[in-house]
Amino acid sequence: MSPDGWLTLLLEPFSYGYMSKAIWVSALVGAVCGFLSCYLILKGWALMGDALAHSVVPGVALAYMLALPYALGAFTSGILAALAISLVRRITLLREDAVIGLVFTSMFAAGLLIVSINPTSVNVQSIVLGNVLAISDEDVVQVIIIAAVSLLILGLRWKDLMLTFFDESQARIVGLNPQRLRILFFVLLSACTVAALQTVGAVLVIAMVVTPGATAYLLTDRFSRMIWLAMVIGAATSAVGAYLSFFVDGATGGLIVVLQTLVFLGAFVFAPKHGRLAARRASRVTSGAPA
Amino acid sequence: MTLVTWLTAPFAFDFMQRALIVAVLVGAICAILSCFLVLKGWSLMGDAVSHAVLPGLVIAQVLNLPLMLGAFAAGLGCALATGYLKRNSRVKEDAVLGIVFSGMFGLGLVLFAKVGSDQHLLHILFGNMLGVRWDDVIGTAAVVVPVGALVLLKRKDLLLVCFDPAHARAIGLPVALYEVGLLALLALTIVASLKAVGVILVIAMLIAPGAIGFMLSKRFDAMLAIAACAAIASSVIGTILSFHLDGATGPMIVVVQSVLFAGAVVFAQWKRRRLQAA
Amino acid sequence: MTASPSAGWLAFGRPAPVAHPAATIDVAGITVTYANGVMAIKDASFALGSSTICALVGVNGSGKSTLFKTLMGFLTPATGSVTISGLAVADALKRGIVAYVPQSEDVDWNFPVLVEDVVMMGRYGHMNALRLASAADGLAVDQALERVGMAGFRKRQIGELSGGQKKRVFLARALAQGGSVILLDEPFTGVDVKTEAAIIELLHSLRREGCLIFVSTHNLGSIPAFCDHVILFNRTVIAAGPTQATFTEANLARAFGGVLRHVRLGGADLHDDADGRSITVLTDDERPLVLYGEQDRETMVPPGKTEQGA
Repeated sequence: MSPDGWLTLLLEPFSYGYMSKAIWVSALVGAVCGFLSCYLILKGWALMGDALAHSVVPGVALAYMLALPYALGAFTSGILAALAISLVRRITLLREDAVIGLVFTSMFAAGLLIVSINPTSVNVQSIVLGNVLAISDEDVVQVIIIAAVSLLILGLRWKDLMLTFFDESQARIVGLNPQRLRILFFVLLSACTVAALQTVGAVLVIAMVVTPGATAYLLTDRFSRMIWLAMVIGAATSAVGAYLSFFVDGATGGLIVVLQTLVFLGAFVFAPKHGRLAARRASRVTSGAPA
Repeated sequence: MTLVTWLTAPFAFDFMQRALIVAVLVGAICAILSCFLVLKGWSLMGDAVSHAVLPGLVIAQVLNLPLMLGAFAAGLGCALATGYLKRNSRVKEDAVLGIVFSGMFGLGLVLFAKVGSDQHLLHILFGNMLGVRWDDVIGTAAVVVPVGALVLLKRKDLLLVCFDPAHARAIGLPVALYEVGLLALLALTIVASLKAVGVILVIAMLIAPGAIGFMLSKRFDAMLAIAACAAIASSVIGTILSFHLDGATGPMIVVVQSVLFAGAVVFAQWKRRRLQAA
Repeated sequence: MTASPSAGWLAFGRPAPVAHPAATIDVAGITVTYANGVMAIKDASFALGSSTICALVGVNGSGKSTLFKTLMGFLTPATGSVTISGLAVADALKRGIVAYVPQSEDVDWNFPVLVEDVVMMGRYGHMNALRLASAADGLAVDQALERVGMAGFRKRQIGELSGGQKKRVFLARALAQGGSVILLDEPFTGVDVKTEAAIIELLHSLRREGCLIFVSTHNLGSIPAFCDHVILFNRTVIAAGPTQATFTEANLARAFGGVLRHVRLGGADLHDDADGRSITVLTDDERPLVLYGEQDRETMVPPGKTEQGA
C-alpha cells in the first residue's frame, strides 16, 4: 500500500461522525475517571468502583421499564448499593471485601432477573459491555453534564478530599467534615460510573477507575502531579482505544482497558523511581557490585 | 394447584432436572470454597479469576485445545500475576487485582470480537442453565466431586493457612503450596460452573453462602455445613421459582441466596439484642 | 499577629487570624459510649491550663484514644462537656486552636505527598475554600520545617524518612497550623533517643510560648523528664495533678491494676548487710533486666524473688 493509502486508512475513522463522537466522549469519560482513580487506589477502595458499576444494572433495567431517564435509575441504584454496603458493614463482622462482593452480586443478579422476566427494549449486552460507538445524542448530553459537573467539583475540592483520604483527624482539625466529603466522593463516583458504563460497560468500569491512578502512582510522589498524569493517561487510552475499535469491529471497552493495562505494565517495568528496572538497579548498587 | 405439584411440576421436564442437578452441584462446591475465601479476605478473588478466564477460553478455541484447559490456565495466571505485581510494586492488592482481571477480560473481549466464536458471549457471561446437556452434568460432577472431597479432607490445614499463615509455616505446612492449591481449585470450580451459571454469577455463589455461615455460627465446621445447606436450598428454590416466574435461573438462585443472607443478618441482630437485654 | 476586627469578615471563607485566648482544656463529667453499647469513658473530669505539658497515661484499652477523639470532636460525649480555650470543641477546631500529631501507625506512609505537602496541610484552616497557599502560608511552612530541623528534606516523599524524621514532619505540621493546644499520640514510639531529646526540647520551648501540650504515652520512663502534669486514666480519671505529687507508685498501681510489672530491689536481695533503702522499677512493657553491683561484676537480680503484681 502506498503511503497515501495508509494515511487514508488511518484517517478513515474520522470521516464517520459516530467515530469522532465516540473518541471525544471516551476521552472525556477517561479523564474524569482518571481523576477519581487517584483517590480510589490510595484508600484500598478499588473494588468499590467495580461494585457500583454492577449495582447500577437493576436501576437501568427499571428505568427502561418505567420509561425514566437511564442516568436517574443507574444513579439511584448506585447510591442504594453504597448505602447497603455501609449498613451491612456496620451491623455485621464480615470483612469489607465480602460485604462489597455480596451487595454488588445481589444487585447485579436482581438486575438480570428483572431483565429476564420483563424483556423490554433494554439491551443487556450494551449495559454490560458498553457500546459507545452507538451512543445516542441524549446520552452524550448526559455524559457531558456528568463530566463537567464532576470536574468542576473535583477541581474545587481536590485538596480537601486529599486531606480527608490521607489523614481524617487533621481534616477534622482544620474544620472539614470528612463524612460529608466521603459522601460527596461516592456521589461523584456513582455519577462517573454511569458515564463510564456507556463507554466500557459495567464489567470494565473498574479498569477506568483504577488503572490510570495506579499507573500514575508508580510515576510520581506528588498527588497533584498524579492527578494530571492519571487524567492524561485515562483520556489518551480511551481516545486511542475508541479510535482503534474502528478496525476491530466494536469491542471498544476491551481495547481501552487493554491499552490501560499495557500502560500500567510499562510503568511497572520502566517507572524512573518505583519501576522494576529502577529497583533492580538500586539493589545492585546497594549490594556493592564490583566497580 | 397444591404445594406438592407446584414444587414438582418443573421436574417433569428433562432440562429442568438437569438444571437442578447442576445447580446443586455448583452451589455445594462454591459454598465450601466460599467459607475459606470469606475468612481469608479473598472474596473478590472469585470475582477476578472468573473474569480472567475469558481470554483463555477464546485462545483455547482458536488453538483447538480443550476449553477447560485454556480457562484454567488463564484463571490461575490471573491469580499468580496479581501476586507478582503486588509483591513488586507499591500499588495496593485490591487495585492490582482489579487491573489484572479487567485487563484480561478486556483482552478476552477484543480477541472474541476478532476471532468470533461459536459460543454466544452472553452465554459465557451469564450461563445457560436450561441448555445444559447430560454430558455437561457429568463433566461438572467429574470436577466438583474430587475438588469438594479434597477441600473437605484438607479443611483443617486450609483453615490454618487462612487464619494464621505464620503459624502454619511454623508447624511446617507448605503455605505457598496451599495458597496456590486453593487458587487452582478455585479456578477449576469456576471453569466447571461456567456452563451452568456463567462467569458473573459464580462470583455471587462464591461469597454469599460463606457469609451466611459466618453470620450464623461460631465454629468452622458448622459454618461449612450451614453454607452448604444454604447454597443447596437456594439452588433448589431458585430453580423452581425461575420456572414458575419464567425468569433466568442463575440470577434467581443468587437472589434467593441474598434473601437468605438478609434473613441471617436479621436473625443475628435479633439474637444479639436478646442477649443484650438478658 | 493580631487581627483587625473589621477585616475579618471581608476575607471570604478565610477565618481571621485570632490572637488565641489562653490555651486550656476543661473536661467536665464526660461519659462516652460507642454505638455498640461499650462505655469507653465514664464520668471523667479534669482541667489543664496554658504553659503546660501534661502526660495522659494508661494501659491499652483504657480509653486514652477515645479521650483524644473526643477532644478532636470525632466523638460527642453522651453527658458532660468539653471546652477548649473557653470554646465548644467545634468552634475551637474552626479557629485552628487544636493541633494533632498522629500515631505513626495511623498514617499511610506510601501516600504520594512530599514533606512540604504534609506541613502545608496544617495551613488548610487558614486558607480560602480553594486551599490556595498564600505567601504567609509558605512562610509558616518554611519556619515550621526550619524549627524541627527538616528544611533539607522538604522534597522527600514522606515514606522515605526515618521514624524520628517522620515524627518531626508531623510536629512541623502542628507548628505551621499555629494551634495553641497540641495533642500528641505516642510521640516516642519508633523514635531514636537523640530525636526524642530534640522533640522534648521543642515541646519545652512551645511551653514557654504558652502552649498547652497533651501527650498520650505509655513510655513511663520519660514522663518525669518533660511533663509537669500527669493524668492517670483508666475509663475515668484515676489521678491528676503536678507530676511530682501525682506520678507516685500508689497511683500508678491504681491506674494499671495488675498489668504493671513492679520490681522492687531491697537491701536483702542485693547484699548481705542490712540496708533499708530500695530501688523500685515500674514498667508496663517488658520484664526489665535489672543488674546490680560493681561494674563488670554485676549479678542478675532474679525476678521471681522481687517481682510482684502491683
